[in-house]
Amino acid sequence: MIEHDMSTFWHWWVVVLTVANIAAIFWLIRWTSKRRAGEVAQGEVTGHTWDEDLSEYNNPLPRWWLWMFYLTIAFSVIYLALFPGLGRFAGFLGWTSEGRYHQEVERAEERFGPIFAAYAERDVPALAEDDEAVRTGQRLFLNYCSTCHGSDARGAPGFPNLTDGQWQWGSSPDAIRQTIIDGRQGVMPAMGEVLGDEGVEQLTHYVLSLAGREDANPELAEAGRPQFATLCAVCHGPEGTGMTALGAPDLTNNLWVYGGSQGAIARTIREGRHGVMPGFGDFLGEDRAHVLAAYVYSLTEEGR
Amino acid sequence: MEQQQTYNYKVVRQFAIMTIVWGIVGMAVGVLIAAQLVWPQLNFEIPWLSYGRLRPLHTNAVIFAFGGSALFATSYYIVQRTCQTRLFSDGLAAFTFWGWQAVIVLAAITLPLGKTMAKEYAELEWPIAILIAVVWVAYAIVFFGTIMKRRVQHIYVANWFFGAYILTIALLHIVNNMSMPVTLFKSYSVYPGAMDAMVQWWYGHNAVGFFLTAAFLGMMYYFVPKQAGRPIYSYRLSVVHFWALISLYMWAGPHHLHYTALPDWVQSLGMVFSLMLLAPSWGGMINGIMTLSGAWHKLRDDPILKFLIVSLSFYGMSTFEGPMMSIKTVNALSHYTEWTIGHVHGGALGWVAMISIGALYALIPVLFGRERMYSIRLIEWHFWLSTIGVVLYIVSMWIAGVMQGLMWRAVNDDGTLTYSFVETLVHMYPYYTVRFLGGVVFLVGMFIMAYNVWKTISGARPAVQPIPQPAH
Repeated sequence: MIEHDMSTFWHWWVVVLTVANIAAIFWLIRWTSKRRAGEVAQGEVTGHTWDEDLSEYNNPLPRWWLWMFYLTIAFSVIYLALFPGLGRFAGFLGWTSEGRYHQEVERAEERFGPIFAAYAERDVPALAEDDEAVRTGQRLFLNYCSTCHGSDARGAPGFPNLTDGQWQWGSSPDAIRQTIIDGRQGVMPAMGEVLGDEGVEQLTHYVLSLAGREDANPELAEAGRPQFATLCAVCHGPEGTGMTALGAPDLTNNLWVYGGSQGAIARTIREGRHGVMPGFGDFLGEDRAHVLAAYVYSLTEEGR
Repeated sequence: MEQQQTYNYKVVRQFAIMTIVWGIVGMAVGVLIAAQLVWPQLNFEIPWLSYGRLRPLHTNAVIFAFGGSALFATSYYIVQRTCQTRLFSDGLAAFTFWGWQAVIVLAAITLPLGKTMAKEYAELEWPIAILIAVVWVAYAIVFFGTIMKRRVQHIYVANWFFGAYILTIALLHIVNNMSMPVTLFKSYSVYPGAMDAMVQWWYGHNAVGFFLTAAFLGMMYYFVPKQAGRPIYSYRLSVVHFWALISLYMWAGPHHLHYTALPDWVQSLGMVFSLMLLAPSWGGMINGIMTLSGAWHKLRDDPILKFLIVSLSFYGMSTFEGPMMSIKTVNALSHYTEWTIGHVHGGALGWVAMISIGALYALIPVLFGRERMYSIRLIEWHFWLSTIGVVLYIVSMWIAGVMQGLMWRAVNDDGTLTYSFVETLVHMYPYYTVRFLGGVVFLVGMFIMAYNVWKTISGARPAVQPIPQPAH
């Protein structure tokens, strides 16, 4: 709560200006709604003329309009007594937007919490068989994950496709849960400096050959093989089949997070890549993350 | 001495013609970006035709180029006629014309290039912002100088509103544009975080309050009684709604920042002062519409009066809608939705554009020594096209906005959101299409106006109006 750190000077500054303005408006309406001595009669023109024929009636303020004005002033005065508004005066209701937020979250938790707590009792593979649970998980996915992974979970360049059977960080229920709750950071270091242009080209063709691609040039690929063993095998494995512990993708299945064209692969090698999956544990809570994991698990080969 | 005998109509003519030119340009850009929301490929993959860059161009063009030129033209005309004296300085007045046009052209170049301060309605980078300030000070000198040398004792009500607008816009513009230049076209605001947001919306809402409301009320207070040939309904009402309007408007900005990092007390003040604005805002509408009482029949065959009176109706509608939307509970639904866009255009097209159009139809024949516009039938056509255009626009955006707000907050039995963001977007398409059509219809009206004006002034000789001797 930071509502009360306003200095005394600024507190009174706000109070005085606010009250003075409202009081001045109130006085102005009272003053203009009364007829004063020496004034022309109501319904008469004031006697001034501009630009040949412009003049003004001295009609009274319309009643209904006057009452509407008084009503909005009264509403404002009451509102400022009940709610924070006059400097650091908190208002008689003690209302704060922060308090209101916590209240709403609490209420939602009371109402929806038990649903997810019940799901959390069952393990992920069991939930993945439960249509109701998967539907709820899918809704969570659409709300929170579809921005990157797409409404159909088929990803986008730089954001993994969750339906293609390739799982950078593993497809076990626990791995999926951990990905959702803690997030992941996938780092492919830039190799351009080390390899030079020629080296990048050779390595690109070697990677293409690992995926069994027809556009791989066998000579260039062969020249890239030792480089791969030295620089890449540590993470991607000697056969290029990847390593889920590090999030290093399998390079042999021709599925590519950052694009599979020669240019895209060369760029990945030259400049490196940095993929970030944010952790949702704090935001969703473990129970919801659990149901979300069940939906994602239902997309895996084992869970389908 | 010879020159002192006439009004300066030259600068008024210049601004009046540019009002129509910039109106067509600004609204055409608006129609294009409305089309882009339906057919995104219309950005042709060219960066400077992308929505994000053209949208500020549209808002700047319609508010400051179209609306601004209309205000310069009418305020210069009205202040001379109602003070019975020539403008304070012809040279400075000419400077404001060329200076303002330069600002507009610079905006039209820099905004598509992506040069922006990223403050809404204050996007122009610091060198242009300084030019605006200089032109505005010259404007103030010309206007208040003319008031000072007036030959009638009392200051006419329209001039109160113009005076308040000129002073306040100077203050708002200078305070909000305080920034640290880094390069010729890049600067950073001097205010931090939430404070910057507050200064921006203090500026932003008062730009609406003083530029788009008070100043156009000034226009209204001259052209409605002139066109109706009737005295203004109530002098007292004009006094009370003037002072209430200008003092209460100053506080309303925070309603743009409900439920944000802005402290609760500021949000509350923004809300209650916005609510108290309802009556003073309506004061102007009542005074305008009631001026016609006893002469309602004139509405039947005077399309200029139709423009003026219908614009006041849209003004009343928007100024009712505004205070309602500033209530936090309502705002929780309306904020960030198309409803806001509908609200703005009810004011911008319905009020600002229609009153300006009406005023121009009354003004242009006088400036060019013609008895009336070339074709009254074409004004009638323009009136109906404008009205239909605005209605299509705001109704489609109301429906779209309320639907959007309700879809965003809809939850399933398990507490998950019923609709993903993209789903809500898909539902917007029919309304985006209707909005685009509304914009097209309104723009067609502007072309009809341009033709009508062209036929009226071609071959005409600029009018020279001798200043009548003071009555007392």
